[in-house]
Amino acid sequence: MKKNTKINVKDLNLWYGEKQALHNLDVKLYENKITALIGPSGCGKSTFLRCLNRMNDLVDSAKIEGNVIIDGKNIYDKDVDEVSVRKRVGMVFQQPNPFPKSIYENIAYAPLKHGIVKKGSECDDLVEESLHGAGIWDEVKDSLKEPATGLSGGQQQRICIARTIAVKPDIILMDEPTSALDPISTEKIEALMLELKKKYTIVTVTHNMQQAARIADMTAFFHLGKLIEYDETETIFVNPKEKKTEDYITGRFG
Amino acid sequence: MSKEMNPFYDPSLKKRHLKDKLFKYFTISSLSISLIFLAIFLGDMIIKGSSAIQQTYIQVEVSYNEKSKKSYRKAVERKYINLLSRAALREIPMKMKNNPSLMGTKKLVWMLADDQVDMYMKEYYYKIKSRDLKTLKALIGDSRVEKKFNTIFFTHGDSKTPEYSGILSAMVGTILTLIVAMAVAFPIGVATAVYLEEFSSHGKWSQFLEVNINNLAAIPSILFGLLGLAIFINLFGFPRSSALVGGLTLALMTLPIIVVSSRAALRSVPASIRQAGYGLGLTKVQVVKDHVLPLAFPGIMTGSIIGLAQAMGETAPLIIVGMIAFIPDSPSSIMDAATVMPAQIFTWAGMPERAYIERTAAGILVLLTVLISLNALAVILRKKFEVKW
Repeated sequence: MKKNTKINVKDLNLWYGEKQALHNLDVKLYENKITALIGPSGCGKSTFLRCLNRMNDLVDSAKIEGNVIIDGKNIYDKDVDEVSVRKRVGMVFQQPNPFPKSIYENIAYAPLKHGIVKKGSECDDLVEESLHGAGIWDEVKDSLKEPATGLSGGQQQRICIARTIAVKPDIILMDEPTSALDPISTEKIEALMLELKKKYTIVTVTHNMQQAARIADMTAFFHLGKLIEYDETETIFVNPKEKKTEDYITGRFG
Repeated sequence: MSKEMNPFYDPSLKKRHLKDKLFKYFTISSLSISLIFLAIFLGDMIIKGSSAIQQTYIQVEVSYNEKSKKSYRKAVERKYINLLSRAALREIPMKMKNNPSLMGTKKLVWMLADDQVDMYMKEYYYKIKSRDLKTLKALIGDSRVEKKFNTIFFTHGDSKTPEYSGILSAMVGTILTLIVAMAVAFPIGVATAVYLEEFSSHGKWSQFLEVNINNLAAIPSILFGLLGLAIFINLFGFPRSSALVGGLTLALMTLPIIVVSSRAALRSVPASIRQAGYGLGLTKVQVVKDHVLPLAFPGIMTGSIIGLAQAMGETAPLIIVGMIAFIPDSPSSIMDAATVMPAQIFTWAGMPERAYIERTAAGILVLLTVLISLNALAVILRKKFEVKW
């Protein structure tokens, strides 16, 4: 497997108040790959994900040390604005969370604010392109003015993905994107992720180990805020080096 | 089937169900008591106030000449003078000035009757000299006494003669005062809530502020009146009794209510909406202004209108800043001396004349109508702006 490092995490520590939630993480995430973060609840995988686009800055009690180097630049450097980081590193959440506005406005709002496109046909094109990219254009092309909240959960999640790619990020973070969805919607999102990795680097948190095995190129196993094992997915699932990883994957704890 | 055979038999159930029932009846009786009080109050006001809807008029011949221009007492036959409203009589010379063609004519006119005549017609306690009563009875016999719809109550301000007093100037005063109060309290209150909820670090400092704002909401309103007196009148030198000072004082009082309810409304906006915004690389202002505030808006509106309604019923602080004054003419700007509806009701309630009692009750009914309309408006606005999820 050919690997280009996209995100280089060096010695990352994070505290929520007094409690340390991440311990000395060192990990390289690769370009145009899907990296799955797995581990039991509270192991820090979502916290780690949120470090990659500085979403933890919104938590007052969070204190972060270490480097997250994306494209050669540490995003925690003083001269980096977290807003511009989040523009390059998009995020999709566990619960589909479209804005309570029309489908069109959901997609168009951020690109218009970022000045990526101007109002009018340029914007219309971007909305169509993004909805195509999220594989939902055919389902919603006739109802762009309808509220996005009227769609099914799976459709809403794909609207959220379309909204994220409309900002033209390099990296998409997904925090358990399918855990609130039914199996058919999950299948569609998974297929979409495999499609999206051709253009984007994807990091996803999942509770579903089959999902990690199905779609991820790389898998990282977290436990109690520590990175226990990180390797190609096949290795993790078939031939884990650590005893803890094996126990978790075989369902002995978690 | 015997109890032993019934697998669902539970001896304690009977007692538990009885408790359920008792509790239910207890809640129902509480509700009925409050409803009964409300009905008694409303009924009393309607019975007392309904007679104010009509006012007695007497048909008399008015002669418009030089004499009556000088003294209104010369305009009608002398025996009618005590039966007619002096305030209405006083208007005759003014009428002649405005309309010179009246000079030298005599006309049959329906003139407003004195309040005691009105009381007599409405079968309340009255005080009329026996000679005047005789004249009045003769007039009634000629059907020259009639009760007509009381337009004066809705088109005039306060007056020292009860039959000539109305609620209009107090209503205008209330509207001006509330406009000032809302224009000041709404933007400041919402902005404060947005800062506290969205921008502050939720540390010790903001907790300290929160406690203080909550305490502010519980301060007796008369203290706000003293504050208004000290700051707006003594320090800033704004005109006493004016809607400006009253409005600013009420704004101080409404502010904490708006802050607290706006914060609750902002807090009820799901965190997922904010995260969605931040995840797209939006700035705080973009997230708050375009996504959080529109969702919180119905709640903010509801809280503000409740604050407004409370401010509208407030009397104590306005007494301190002088808004209890006798105001016969409607204020034309926020700098004019004004009074408000509850203060007007308070003034009337303290008057010795029997005729003011029905005006007090009618004033309360008008105030309640406006309050209920405001609350209805709050519901409508909330429904209108509510975003479906």
